[in-house]
Amino acid sequence: MSAARTPILALRQICMAYAKPSGEPLPVLTNVDLSLAPGEILGLLGRSGCGKSTLLRIAAGLIKPTSGEVLYRDQPLAGPAAGIAVVFQTFALYPWLTVQRNVELGLDALDLSAAERQRRALAAIDLIGLDGFQSAYPRELSGGMRQRVGFARAIVSDPVLLLMDEPFSALDVLTAETLRTDFMDLWIERRLPTEAVLLVTHNIEEAVLMCDRVLVLGSHPGQIAAEIRIPLAQPRNRFAASFRALVGEIYATLTSRMAESLAAVSASPADRPHGLPRAAINRLNGFVETLAAPAYQGQCELAEIAGALALKVDELLPIVAALQLLGFAELRQATIRLTAAGRVYSGSSTDERKRLFREHLLRFVPLAAHVIQVLEERPDHRAPRERFELELQDHLHREDAQRTLMTLIDWGRYAEMLAYDARTRIFSQIP
Amino acid sequence: MHGAHTIHQDPLALHAGQYRQRLPGWRDLAALVLVVGLVILLGGGARQMIEPTAHLQAVSISLSPEALPLYTLRTVLRMLVALLASILFTLTYATLAAKSRRAEMVLIPLLDVLQSVPVLGYLSFTVLFFVSLFPGSTLGPELAAIFAIFTSQAWNMAFSFYQSLRMVPSDLDEASRSFRSSPWQRFWRLDVPFAMPGLVWNTMMSMSGGWFFVVASEAISVGDLQIALPGVGSYVARAIEERNLACVGWAIVAMSVAITLYDQLLFRPLVAWSDKFRFEQTAAQRVPRSWVLGLFQQAAIFQSVNRMAAAGLQRVGDARLLAPGLRLPHLRRPGSQRLLDVIWLLAVAVAIGCLAWALLRFARNTLSWGDVAEASRSGLLTLLRVMVLVALASLVWVPIGVAVGLRPRLTAIVQPIAQFLAAFPANLLFPLAVFVIVKYRLAPEVWLSPLMILGTQWYILFNVIAGASAFPSDLREAAASFRVRTPHWWRQAILPGIFPYFVTGAITASGGAWNASIVSEAVNWGSTRLNGGGLGAYITQMTQAGDYPRIALGVAVMSVYVVAMNRLLWRPLYAFAERRTRLA
Repeated sequence: MSAARTPILALRQICMAYAKPSGEPLPVLTNVDLSLAPGEILGLLGRSGCGKSTLLRIAAGLIKPTSGEVLYRDQPLAGPAAGIAVVFQTFALYPWLTVQRNVELGLDALDLSAAERQRRALAAIDLIGLDGFQSAYPRELSGGMRQRVGFARAIVSDPVLLLMDEPFSALDVLTAETLRTDFMDLWIERRLPTEAVLLVTHNIEEAVLMCDRVLVLGSHPGQIAAEIRIPLAQPRNRFAASFRALVGEIYATLTSRMAESLAAVSASPADRPHGLPRAAINRLNGFVETLAAPAYQGQCELAEIAGALALKVDELLPIVAALQLLGFAELRQATIRLTAAGRVYSGSSTDERKRLFREHLLRFVPLAAHVIQVLEERPDHRAPRERFELELQDHLHREDAQRTLMTLIDWGRYAEMLAYDARTRIFSQIP
Repeated sequence: MHGAHTIHQDPLALHAGQYRQRLPGWRDLAALVLVVGLVILLGGGARQMIEPTAHLQAVSISLSPEALPLYTLRTVLRMLVALLASILFTLTYATLAAKSRRAEMVLIPLLDVLQSVPVLGYLSFTVLFFVSLFPGSTLGPELAAIFAIFTSQAWNMAFSFYQSLRMVPSDLDEASRSFRSSPWQRFWRLDVPFAMPGLVWNTMMSMSGGWFFVVASEAISVGDLQIALPGVGSYVARAIEERNLACVGWAIVAMSVAITLYDQLLFRPLVAWSDKFRFEQTAAQRVPRSWVLGLFQQAAIFQSVNRMAAAGLQRVGDARLLAPGLRLPHLRRPGSQRLLDVIWLLAVAVAIGCLAWALLRFARNTLSWGDVAEASRSGLLTLLRVMVLVALASLVWVPIGVAVGLRPRLTAIVQPIAQFLAAFPANLLFPLAVFVIVKYRLAPEVWLSPLMILGTQWYILFNVIAGASAFPSDLREAAASFRVRTPHWWRQAILPGIFPYFVTGAITASGGAWNASIVSEAVNWGSTRLNGGGLGAYITQMTQAGDYPRIALGVAVMSVYVVAMNRLLWRPLYAFAERRTRLA
């Protein structure tokens, strides 16, 4: 892992932007630099929508960045290249091909003889623990076995660089753990020809278990917010104090980034609204009630409450962000605490809660105030969804804009502040 | 029958997001000009060449039942050739449309209109064209018949294939690109397998429409050009001339046997086989079976043949077929190539403009506004008939379809029968109905109308059956446990549940009815001529008179009606159905 050796993969000043409806660019990644040394597993960690999957696809040569340079072993990357293999979150198996034929697909570009293809495919199947399943079709396999096929297909071509896009996140906890351990055993025992791994994940513990280094991506637009080295020896013990400390550190980094972006949401002027965290109202209420319960007394470390509620980081952070945005809770480092208003809220009746929620929504969420104002100004107190969607798309991705509107509709309905007809796509004000 | 839209076992899965609500626009107009213009130019050119050979071979058709098996074989072979041509067309046209954005801009609106042009309407033009290509030979009329069947299938199949290509899941696409598969490898590994179940199902449905057209196109007379190809269609035409009801009966039997064999020997095995290409990664509850496929897969002789064939096909799919100098455009470059787009669109616009001008010149010399008004008035009558008949057929078949679909054992019996009836060429049954109308002196304006929907009503039935049997059992149980009252159960539970399926069936039925109007609004029984009025009768009369400009006018007006009905009624309904039944 000496710094003198040339990196397997280097991204230089990568920027990626999509076009807004108006034609202007909307950045999703700005000035991302990273390099991947031989022998290293590098983790990319961030909230959903921060561009980490886009970054992985750029590294795979599947997407061309708007600007910047991708170097694979010092050569510019012009498209999917020999020596780079991808493991997909959704497995991406061909349902009409058997396990063996799926694995042989990984050798498609190599022009091998049929016998050689078969030999190598069976060797990969054997290595990854799929022996006996080679003639099965994917639909006959469980999720864990399917992803094993995904792994076998990726390593069959002896790739130098393995790109993994949340490979375990579609699996249940137990299956994911087994597959992760099996992969790490192969890696530690150096039974894979692979020299470096880039792992995209939103699971903090997974990152600390597997990676030598973790890059935390900030969002809007995505950029590298922090770099954390994991100097623990493999295999790692997730109950060790040093392990827990690193998990806590990453939580703190993620949430401090979040606090900054929330400040931006609250401070954003009404005509330039920011996106809202995707947190459904029943989740907010459930979280507040849990936090107010005697076990926590209105205060808890994020890692702890996430474990207790079995929430993934991707689910937890939007809730925390929403509560903080609405002024019902506040974050210090990686600890969340109910505010005075939050305590009142948790102890109130449904009607009382709705009133309080409406008040906070209008006061702290400029977008909500803006929508209400627009509805009020119109003679019939109605406005089509497109009006707000287009406005939001000037600053947000199409999906982000839609998600934000969905959140706003959910919150607005709970607050009995606005109504929305999904059939006609029209907002109206509830007087 | 010749539906304006693709049909699939699960319409929601196939059409997801495809039906945007769209008003008729310039694309439709441009495509219409393109289609009608080409038809007329080709036919017009052919007409000038044909004069000397106008009195073509008049093959004499024997009415002896012994001759019928051979006639049936000829008909079946025509179907097969047309099917192969349709598959070839599908694989190329749809692929081009899906892979090239510029080609797509032109090819897809064109396909959309082509789907709506009544096949039998332009038969007279294509017959002229093919006869002039091979003067004095039966090859011309043969090709014209095959072309008619082809046009009744190909658009549908190409549309289905195109939609499948556009819906290849992005992860499979990325996987294929990251393995650096060549376009050839990708086509056979990813595109074709992914599209296979939809394509097979659509081919089967299109084929079932094809029987109607093969019967109609074997014996036609355009002006003084009389054509009778040996086949079941000509046999029936001859029987009508001779007023021989028994022979019509023989033809019905022969056709039933042919359709059943086609189904059992070709399509059941194909459907069962293509099930392995289903994309859902869960095991299916009901796997389609076929005894023929089982035979092929289990018999020892076939097994070794199969293995060799499979290995051969595998090698074809594995070949990279990549010229050394050719590099693949791996990366979708964002950013537009506006200038090239503009040039391309301009070229298309100029081509359409030229055609429109040619068309206008052609029309101005021969047609008056009075002709347009007459054709449009006739069209209104046919439109009224189509709407009333679809509504009547729905009133009858929706309750029956629901009753059948909710009983799995009954479904297993009725569904194949409904599919058989849909495939059976209703024009073979026309003589029976006409015989009755003539005998009892019924009013042709009213009593000829049901013939239009005779063959296509079954699409409503079996789509509703499919919808009812797919109705989630938890929703049924919930309704039962809450003891929902019967009127409510129909209105709130089952009708919304089967609605998308019903719309699919109704679209097909109405598209087929427009086509059938050309052979059902004006019919003969021996020398007795019945005319029910309407646009179909208009086209038939003009065809018999050999009045090409007015045939073209009739076809164009009918296309406009069909396109307008699709855009203004069926698509909004489909979009509504899709929105309503989606939970997420």
